[in-house]
Amino acid sequence: MPLLEVKHMTHFFGGLRAVHDFNLSIEKGEIRGLIGPNGAGKTTIFNLITGVYTPTEGEILFQGQPIVGLQPHEIASRGLSRTFQNLRLWRHMSVVEHIKMARYSKLTYGLVGAFFDTPERRRQEEESDEIAHRLMKELGISHLADQIVTNLPYGAQRRVEMARALATEPDLLFLDEPTAGMNPEELVEMMDIFRQVHEEFGMAIFLIEHRLRVVMELCERIQTLVFGEVIAEGTPDEIQNNPKVIEAYLGEEDIH
Amino acid sequence: MTAQTIQESKKGRRFRLWWQSVWSRFDDVPLLGWLVGALVAVGLEYAVGRPFAQLLGMRKSPALFGFLFILKEPWLIPSAIVYVAVMYILPIAAVAKVTAAVANKTAAAMLRISTLLSVAIHLVLLYAVLHIWTDVLPYRLIVVKLTLIAIVITLSLNVVNGYMGEFSCSHPGFISLGAYGASVVTILLFDDPGPWLFPLALIVGGIVAAIGALLVAIPSFRTRGDYLAIISLAFTFIIKSFMENMEFVGGPRGLGGQPNWASLPVVFVVTIIAIWVINNFVRSILGKALNAVRDNEAAADAMTVNTRRTKMTAFLFSAFWAGVAGGLLAHVLAFINPASFGLQKLAEVLAMVYFGGLNSVVGSIVGAVSLNLLGEMLRPLEIWKWIVIPLMLILMMIYRPTGLVAFKEFDIVALLQPKKTTKGDE
Repeated sequence: MPLLEVKHMTHFFGGLRAVHDFNLSIEKGEIRGLIGPNGAGKTTIFNLITGVYTPTEGEILFQGQPIVGLQPHEIASRGLSRTFQNLRLWRHMSVVEHIKMARYSKLTYGLVGAFFDTPERRRQEEESDEIAHRLMKELGISHLADQIVTNLPYGAQRRVEMARALATEPDLLFLDEPTAGMNPEELVEMMDIFRQVHEEFGMAIFLIEHRLRVVMELCERIQTLVFGEVIAEGTPDEIQNNPKVIEAYLGEEDIH
Repeated sequence: MTAQTIQESKKGRRFRLWWQSVWSRFDDVPLLGWLVGALVAVGLEYAVGRPFAQLLGMRKSPALFGFLFILKEPWLIPSAIVYVAVMYILPIAAVAKVTAAVANKTAAAMLRISTLLSVAIHLVLLYAVLHIWTDVLPYRLIVVKLTLIAIVITLSLNVVNGYMGEFSCSHPGFISLGAYGASVVTILLFDDPGPWLFPLALIVGGIVAAIGALLVAIPSFRTRGDYLAIISLAFTFIIKSFMENMEFVGGPRGLGGQPNWASLPVVFVVTIIAIWVINNFVRSILGKALNAVRDNEAAADAMTVNTRRTKMTAFLFSAFWAGVAGGLLAHVLAFINPASFGLQKLAEVLAMVYFGGLNSVVGSIVGAVSLNLLGEMLRPLEIWKWIVIPLMLILMMIYRPTGLVAFKEFDIVALLQPKKTTKGDE
């Protein structure tokens, strides 16, 4: 049974067909890539699967369970976490608070604990704190723990978002252009982080990228999306040499 | 011209340096020391305040540090200054300084035994100070009670307007519901009620307010934006009209004769419980979820936060405490009428929240205390008061847009810590 299975997903925004007959199957521990020119509908696909939008047609199974119509937080607590293309951090919160927040669905102390500071609450908050510190160490942001995120450089903010997504203990991680706006050194570091977390936590990764270097190096299989339709699917080599892809996508841009 | 301004800024700097050097002498005084100092000062006033005031030419001790004299009897200002200096400033400073070493050791020892013990002793001291201070003049008693209630109201509104970042105008409605709910329990439901009923009445008041909050929340939390502000404002007016048309609670004439159960210890204890519970909530991950929802709701949702439940809980929780505060208010004043929970109340409550500081428990306490005392102190200005206070708020918005003490966590243990002494005898 695949970890995530999307069957015949179609979505309309009013009269505009944003996604047409999209199919996807991701196995446990796989790294999968999704490329395509701007406006092809890549982020829409992420939003459809993670519950931000409900698809007009189609079926989505996560760990064998249908998840169409569930709230994003319900899907996220089942083990499908994500990062955002344009960083969505909480601007008044510190780094450690960000990561602890992602433990929300794992807390069981309830309102009684929240109001009355019970021993159970203290235990769970301490546990979240430990997990947060472990993740910060993993991603090399321990020294920034108490900084407010808006004061951090861009690369560090990306790491915070990554750590936050990992704190939900995902089986499948969606990364929406995780290296956007990074310089080459940061890019190399970030790719090391992807490999590191993939090795360590063993979760599957579904990656949207603009930079072909990243997808080509990391992904086992790649889909190419143009105007909401998958025009090609295969290994990086196959994609790179596919004439349709070259015409629709690679032809317009420099290959780095 | 420029020389003059430089001269002035020099003077200003000299003043600031002098002020800093004065304060730095008290760096080693822990909170415990200040409380002991305050206790000695109010004890001194209790013993000799009245004859001393008469010696200075005043009829009785100045109620609020002499501020009430400013316009009424300006020739008494020097006496008031002398009174405040001799009765409060000098004894507090002297005792705080002399006992600093002992107070530090005691504070450290108490924290070592248990945090709870330390908190309890500080609270007892604080209560003793308030009790003795308010015992001198009955006017002070009502001011302190109303200030404590204002703290609960401000804090509860800060949960929604600060922590959650929505703009709710329904607090007067919730206070009204709480006041009426509690009064109905203590006046109308029982023939011969005993004081044991009071906690129950307050809780009923809180629950009635929370039910009202549910009615506001269901339509307005479907989306973000201005909807809550509009619906909650309408709610305040609806509650006002509703109460005016309810004959069994007196209609527009109001409801009086609440039993005199809201004594200072009761109000003090309820306020402390409110601060404790609200502070617990906003410091937990479940409470921090409010900040996440405020700063980016989509991200909160994607990080497993149940945003709808978070918003609903916080709103009902906030309304509950407003209702409890309303119940207290009704029993402190022993009279309530619908007109007192209208726009003016809303303006007062909002002013306290925004003046004190958003997203901050300390800020709410500071805002409630300072604006309440200020309101009382400026009472002789009569109608001009309503020009001075808004003007201060405008200045506040210009120079500190988020309020006096915004975005600070209230860490009780840090507050009670002994201070490091410069000699380093720790």
